[in-house]
Amino acid sequence: MSDFSSAFSKAFYLLISGDAALMEIIMLSLQVSLSAVVFATLIGLPLGSILAVGRFPGRGAVAAGVNALMGLPPVVVGLAVYMLLSNAGPLSVLELLYTPTALIIAQTLLVTPIIAALARQAAEDLLEEYDEQLRSLGSSTLQTISTLIWDGRYRLLTAILAGFGRAIAEVGAVMIVGGNINHVTRTMTTAIALETSKGDLALALALGIILLGIAFAVNAALMSLRGTAERAAHA
Amino acid sequence: MLDAVPARPRANADARPGAALLEVRDVTYKADGRTLIDHIDLSLRPGAPTLILGPNGAGKSLLLRLMHGLLTPDSGEILWRGGANSLETRRRQAMVFQDPVMLRRSAKANIVHALKLRRVPREQRSARAAQALETSGLAHLAGSPARRMSGGEQQRLAMARALALEPEIIFLDEPTASLDPASVKAIENLIADTQGRGVKIVLVTHDVGQARRLGGEIVFLNKGRITETGPAAAFFRKPESRAARQFLAGEIVE
Repeated sequence: MSDFSSAFSKAFYLLISGDAALMEIIMLSLQVSLSAVVFATLIGLPLGSILAVGRFPGRGAVAAGVNALMGLPPVVVGLAVYMLLSNAGPLSVLELLYTPTALIIAQTLLVTPIIAALARQAAEDLLEEYDEQLRSLGSSTLQTISTLIWDGRYRLLTAILAGFGRAIAEVGAVMIVGGNINHVTRTMTTAIALETSKGDLALALALGIILLGIAFAVNAALMSLRGTAERAAHA
Repeated sequence: MLDAVPARPRANADARPGAALLEVRDVTYKADGRTLIDHIDLSLRPGAPTLILGPNGAGKSLLLRLMHGLLTPDSGEILWRGGANSLETRRRQAMVFQDPVMLRRSAKANIVHALKLRRVPREQRSARAAQALETSGLAHLAGSPARRMSGGEQQRLAMARALALEPEIIFLDEPTASLDPASVKAIENLIADTQGRGVKIVLVTHDVGQARRLGGEIVFLNKGRITETGPAAAFFRKPESRAARQFLAGEIVE
């Protein structure tokens, strides 16, 4: 037990003192996951909206595919990106394997289906209500999409936060394409895995506490968004 | 009250006096193998409002949606000023639905956005929206979330939004069906106001009292067919079809 309590006290010391190694890992994790969420949003929001509004053959199949990809295992994404970027892969010339960029690519692939699927659902629900009114107003497809994105903004923000929660917590993809290299591709999750196996519980615990804190913050943000939406009768 | 708003140039050059604004020619509409609109012919001319009257399920709302181009007939055609009804012509029309569709925005933003979709220049939108809110007595609610307003206020806002578009024709689908008497009066006043500005009104209702108050041309619809048409005064004095007589007597229409 004394091991555990000393690990906890060391962990808190690391957090309070702002340990440089700890901060570096946290910053890289945030940088990677936030970038991935930005890219996934840029792809996922339009994709989801087009799937909701568009009327083209194969739309149902694409929507079902995107829904299925929401549950994509991170290790599989990692493997796929690894095969693309490795020396034998088609994108080997870019020399991106084991770089932060590779982490961003993998997490973008992981999060895009989540944001696209949730955005499609949100836009479809809204469209059911708005369709006749918008057509009566003579709305073009692009105008309809932008109307749905704006009026569905609270639900879309929820989708984006869900995507961020997924990215920041996953370990499989970043481990495979990043290799957990110190000062380069070591994120919170891969560091926790490594430090735990090495027996350095203090750093692992400190990072675990930060991750938990982020999870709480994301959930708090989700709840306050919902509250705001209801107050403005947007729900 | 709307005199302050610069009138939008109307494409009236092609309108011969007495020529139909909108013409329904032998239109049929089916759904699930049932004929819901059955070979309807109808001409809407500028001037007095046209009231589409009939029991529930007669096809009144369907007919309105067909005329506005929200639905496509299975056979027959709908002509706007002698040409095909299209997205372009729909932009010269407006419609208010039985359940008002409120965007998740403020009352004023609802109107501004409608003007934006209609491609009204940005610098005109705010003034026109403010004017429409003023006319409908909603100026004090301009900043309120539309979906937080009462049912009567929402329907007035829907009217204001439609009128701000300065349409040549406005389709009203039972706009007062679920409102209290004060809200009904407010809406009917708005309709009278709109009529005074020369906008063609096409109103669907099953409220005989409302039809008597608004007058105009009656189109009586039953089971997807027009059983009679004519001036309101004559219709209410001496309805010619059996269905209309039953309807006016408050009986179940067969």
